[in-house]
Amino acid sequence: MQVTSRHFKKGAHEALHDENIQSAFSRVKSGFPLARARAAEGLPEFEGLRDEARDLKNHILENLDYYLEYFEDQVLLQGGRVHWCSSYTEARDVVLEICKEANAKTVTKGKSMITEEMALNDHLEKNGIEPIETDLGEYIIQLAHEYPSHIIAPALHKTKEQVTELFHENHGKYGLTERITDPQALVNEARQVLRDKYVAADVGITGANFLIAETGSTVIVTNEGNGDLTQSLPKTHIAVSSIEKVVPTLEDASLFLRLLARSATGQEMSVYTTFSTGPRRMEDIDGPANFHVVLVDSGRSDLLGTDKQDLLRCLKCGACMNHCPVYQAVGGHTYGWVYPGPIGAALNPHMVGLEEARDLPNASTFCGRCEEVCPVRIPLPKIMRHWREQAFETQVTPKPERWGIGIWAFFAKRPKLYRLMTRISARALKGMAGKKGVIRKLPLLTGWSSVRDFPAPEGRTFMEQWKKQSQEGK
Amino acid sequence: MSTPEKKNMKVALFVTCLVDLNRPSVGFAAVKLLEAAGCTIMVPEVQTCCGQIAYNSGDKESAKIIASQVIRAFEGFDYVVAPSGSCAGMIRYHYKELFDGDDTMMVAVEELSARTYELTSFLHDVCGYAPRDVELETSLTYHDSCSSLREMKVRDQPRALLGGVKGLELREAEDREACCGFGGTFCLKYSEISEKMVDTKIDNLIASGAKTLAAGDLGCLMNIAGRLKRRGADMKVLHVAEILAGMGDKPGLGEGGN
Repeated sequence: MQVTSRHFKKGAHEALHDENIQSAFSRVKSGFPLARARAAEGLPEFEGLRDEARDLKNHILENLDYYLEYFEDQVLLQGGRVHWCSSYTEARDVVLEICKEANAKTVTKGKSMITEEMALNDHLEKNGIEPIETDLGEYIIQLAHEYPSHIIAPALHKTKEQVTELFHENHGKYGLTERITDPQALVNEARQVLRDKYVAADVGITGANFLIAETGSTVIVTNEGNGDLTQSLPKTHIAVSSIEKVVPTLEDASLFLRLLARSATGQEMSVYTTFSTGPRRMEDIDGPANFHVVLVDSGRSDLLGTDKQDLLRCLKCGACMNHCPVYQAVGGHTYGWVYPGPIGAALNPHMVGLEEARDLPNASTFCGRCEEVCPVRIPLPKIMRHWREQAFETQVTPKPERWGIGIWAFFAKRPKLYRLMTRISARALKGMAGKKGVIRKLPLLTGWSSVRDFPAPEGRTFMEQWKKQSQEGK
Repeated sequence: MSTPEKKNMKVALFVTCLVDLNRPSVGFAAVKLLEAAGCTIMVPEVQTCCGQIAYNSGDKESAKIIASQVIRAFEGFDYVVAPSGSCAGMIRYHYKELFDGDDTMMVAVEELSARTYELTSFLHDVCGYAPRDVELETSLTYHDSCSSLREMKVRDQPRALLGGVKGLELREAEDREACCGFGGTFCLKYSEISEKMVDTKIDNLIASGAKTLAAGDLGCLMNIAGRLKRRGADMKVLHVAEILAGMGDKPGLGEGGN
């Protein structure tokens, strides 16, 4: 996909003036966070589970090679195959190769962020294979030729009216020519179209929320059941997963499952939690004949052992963006790559380059709400700050900003000079304000005064008044 | 005011750069409160800022130099108190990150960290202070600054203290834990996003029906007050220390007349 992170400010400006985006993303604020809070309160051990989950993820990351190989062994034992891919290109080619082997004309797809990263759909289409997204939100944005604006609610930015138009434009070929507006009727129509696709598909591609090393299983959670149909009806199932999704045991997966839906939507569990273990066995009533797991690294192992390793704990629940005031203000697409919100701000500079994504970790007040709700306690603000440090060190930070900080720091490091400067500033600013008490326009701080008045200083600094008082013996 | 619970605590006031420059009365209110709580107040002269601006801008080297100044200047006091959760949080938590791996500094850093407090939590939790004979007839809504709330775990303390002010009616706003959009240099660099955030905050503050807004961090207050003025909204903005010190009748931020 086209990376547009360097246009963050422009995107933010547009999003802030787009009524649809504003109404869609302001709804996030009232919905998900309340549901999460209720779910967390309803489970007394929730905070303790978060600690456990953090620690377990850390353990896994310390031993990632071991668990991945363990997982591979078990998949092979179950009769499946594992493909190791270091890059998106490799992973796309592997998936395409499997599809070609299966003589695939159409593939159904469950919701998967890693295939968004890989831009898999484009690659399949270019090679004459039609991918069909089966998650309703993903289906909608596929019709619109867009990408997700939220990692668990991909079509969050779409209005009901836009969906009506999309379905009307695209469903005519199935004989569905009526323009419908009722949300339930829209869901039913999508379901009707997708049913036939499931049956006709030659290959089903899903992501994986977890890979279980001890059993060689892949696990997906969905609320629509689309993942089950995607992976059990076609002859071939491909689970594409990034490498950090592996967990040692079923028991461990259950720890994360207790946190995942509660953090994401406030549900205790997602409606469907589906375990896939190998291809169909003789005694199974259904299931694919071929079972492939495509393991994708693409930069993740480079994070191991760095100050950003904690990012690999991410469960992809979306809680950080649900609670982020910046995300709520600018929406998902402004971030310019697959992951929006705080996780995107912390991860994307690694994935698409700091120069491209410099704005993302800077566009945060460090309010800390993301870290407060992250089920695996990723220190997102801290990682964003590390990017700022890296940008400053490597001169990616724009010059005016560097100079501003430099001038300020020059004085802050020299208390006596600083005293003089603040005394002059306090008087000057008070003088500028006159009797109004505020300054409407600040010459060097237009970022401030374009939005707000500047409350004028009282005129004398605390330090000079204090000194005077002390000298006078109060 | 109150009877001191503990006597003769030597407290160094970390004034903060914004209070020093913009609203010294907050500093004097803090001194008054701390003295009433039985502390002896010192104001080390070699203080400028906590270094957070440099730290959050990625200029770690400048932040370290400024932090070293603070660490040296605030040696030897029982406590260090700041009328700001943000600056106190910087000193208590982030200096450790700044000097991570520097064993020679770490002893002093940890020692300073352990005795650094935000003003209202220090008054309430350490001094057991409660205001007496302080009156302010107004309805008030309290804004939790992010660093006070999430870093310094300050939420109930200012409310408990304000509960002791006669005539004051506390009206909580919706979504009171949401950021006001200040964020240090964030509000300068991403002013449009900041505008959206502060407007959402202000809508909630106004909807509370309160006439007065208080908070424990001057950065948030200047941001909110500045936007209130720009919108022409009528709400008096004060630092919590001013109210607790009986200075609630002075003009609010951006009202002039100082």
